[in-house]
Amino acid sequence: MMATLTFYLAGVIAVIATLLAITRSNPVHAVIYLVNSFFALALLFYLLGAPLLAAWELIIYAGAIMVLFLFIIMMLKLSPSSAEKGLMATSGQWVPVVLLAVALAGCTMLLTGLDSLTARGIPRWHATPRDFGYSLFKEYALAVEIASFQLLFAAVGAFYVGRPDEPKDSRGGA
Amino acid sequence: MPLLRDIKGFFPPFWITLRNMFRKPVTVQYPEQKPELPERYRARLVLTRDPDGEERCVACHLCSGACPVDCISMQAAEADNGRRYAAWFRINFTRCIFCGLCTEACPTLAIQVTSDFELSGRDPLKLVYEKEDLLVDHCGKNVEYSFYRQTGIGVAAPRGGNPNESAPVDVKDLLP
Amino acid sequence: MTEQLIMLALILIKLVLVFAVVLSMAAYLVLAERKLLARMQLRYGPNRAGPGGMIQPLADVIKLLTKEDFIPATADRGLFLLAPGLSALTALLTFAVIPFGPTLELFGQKLPMVVCDLNIGLLYFLALSSLAGYGLALGGWASNSKYSLLGSIRGLSQLISYELAMGLSVVPVVMMAKSFSLTDIVMAQAQIPFALLNPPAFLIFLISIFAESKRTPFDLPEAENELVAGFHTEYSGMRFGLFFVGEYINMVILSSMLTVLFLGGWHGPWLPGIAWFMIKVLAICFLFIWVRGSLPRLRYDQLMNFGWKVLMPLALLNVLITGACLLGMG
Repeated sequence: MMATLTFYLAGVIAVIATLLAITRSNPVHAVIYLVNSFFALALLFYLLGAPLLAAWELIIYAGAIMVLFLFIIMMLKLSPSSAEKGLMATSGQWVPVVLLAVALAGCTMLLTGLDSLTARGIPRWHATPRDFGYSLFKEYALAVEIASFQLLFAAVGAFYVGRPDEPKDSRGGA
Repeated sequence: MPLLRDIKGFFPPFWITLRNMFRKPVTVQYPEQKPELPERYRARLVLTRDPDGEERCVACHLCSGACPVDCISMQAAEADNGRRYAAWFRINFTRCIFCGLCTEACPTLAIQVTSDFELSGRDPLKLVYEKEDLLVDHCGKNVEYSFYRQTGIGVAAPRGGNPNESAPVDVKDLLP
Repeated sequence: MTEQLIMLALILIKLVLVFAVVLSMAAYLVLAERKLLARMQLRYGPNRAGPGGMIQPLADVIKLLTKEDFIPATADRGLFLLAPGLSALTALLTFAVIPFGPTLELFGQKLPMVVCDLNIGLLYFLALSSLAGYGLALGGWASNSKYSLLGSIRGLSQLISYELAMGLSVVPVVMMAKSFSLTDIVMAQAQIPFALLNPPAFLIFLISIFAESKRTPFDLPEAENELVAGFHTEYSGMRFGLFFVGEYINMVILSSMLTVLFLGGWHGPWLPGIAWFMIKVLAICFLFIWVRGSLPRLRYDQLMNFGWKVLMPLALLNVLITGACLLGMG
């Protein structure tokens, strides 16, 4: 009873926080609402029996990625007083948002319709870190490796972009 | 090798701080324990008197001219016997920086520094000292010195009667 | 029914005790730091309030509470008010998972000496320590002052850099203890603490917690002589107090984590478990203060180079070697 109530409460908070996040004109406020929604999501994961995933949601998304977002926003020197002017989407910019939302909803419905497991309802299950690690590195090892290759590409790209400038030979012409 | 040097440099500070922890602190616990001040310490200013008990100050304004923060002000006046004195004399100790330049400028050694440094209070106006507050009943550092006996002869003291002074020469009488 | 009531009462007492102990420890750590630093510099430190300055923390609190609570006109009001609370809250919440003694038998009840024994306690600690960055970032940004912003940017980049090394340095611990639960990790160190089994991980974690607590030699976010007070320049009164208390609670938390992960937690001969835990935590707190008295502040590029080019690779290598050793031993 208590768990169900918490579950729905967290769900409502997640939805409201996300909606607020995408409508804020102040990027820092948007980040805060998004973090809020991540917290609610983490709680949902925990209630669904995946504490490891909940912790990672917090560590990686709320703790690392959104902190990086904040970091970038600060580097852009958007002070609280200057951030007020409109980052608010105009009506034209809402079109892709709506299209994406419809596509996402469609895909989810299609997938849940196809997956017989969901139709039956997943049995209540508690994912320990051991189970998680097993399925990650044994069952889906190939997929994990391929995904990690992408990170490698990204790292190489970052090194390339961030390499020190070649000393220009300024006296060459003279 | 820089790494070795860095590692070698890492530990001495820890030893020094640890050793200091078992030493006696050098702090003077002020209100209970008074600090030992040097003899020539410069703090509160006073106006001294000459050995005869008269005020030394002749209100020449040199101290207020020398004062870099303009904290000294006075009004000059002259007594019936021709002796100059300050009608009022005011030092604003909220502005005073205790540089001692006034004492160096003073020709009569009237204004002097003392080592009384405990000048604090909640009301700034109480730190504006008037002549009554400044004047002391002693000669300060130079017990013997009296301006009028040296330079001001004829004004306050009659000629001829002072120590180290011979009788005035009668200029009308030039006969050998 | 009565058993349940007794259990509930015990849990409540435990909660209140932990809360009170952590807060008073943080308060007296401030005094201890001021006193010890003073002695290291041949001074006496605060000795006016009460005998030997013993009620100085109380005096400080009264001073902070009665000061004006100033909010800059151009500040982002909501976030400005939120930030100090976040900073103190994340620090306080972390203590929920730290086991500080062996399970106690009271009135026929088994009472574990930990507020909440999560099976992912270690991850919970990492999550909250990474969230601690928000208090710092929002405080600095919402103040709308250049010093605060610079302090926040420095603090954030420092937190991100050293969190990685810290996270990687606890991986060998998890591998050796085969659990994320902090109680299990302490249990695994009954014979020999992990600091002796895996000294590199211990050292990396030690250095990272210094950076994580934003203290010397890594106190760039609040470097007094460059940034006035860093990210909390614009704060006054009890809001500044919350940042301050958060920092010292964080010190207690990080010392406790080091004790739990590497120094064998409550294990030790002769004395009861809780005493051993306290002794270890206080010893590490002393180390924090001692380092502050001894080492100068790093330069910013040195800090970043050290984090990314020394600590990170070392931590990764340590994970690999530990894994190989564990595999080899079976």
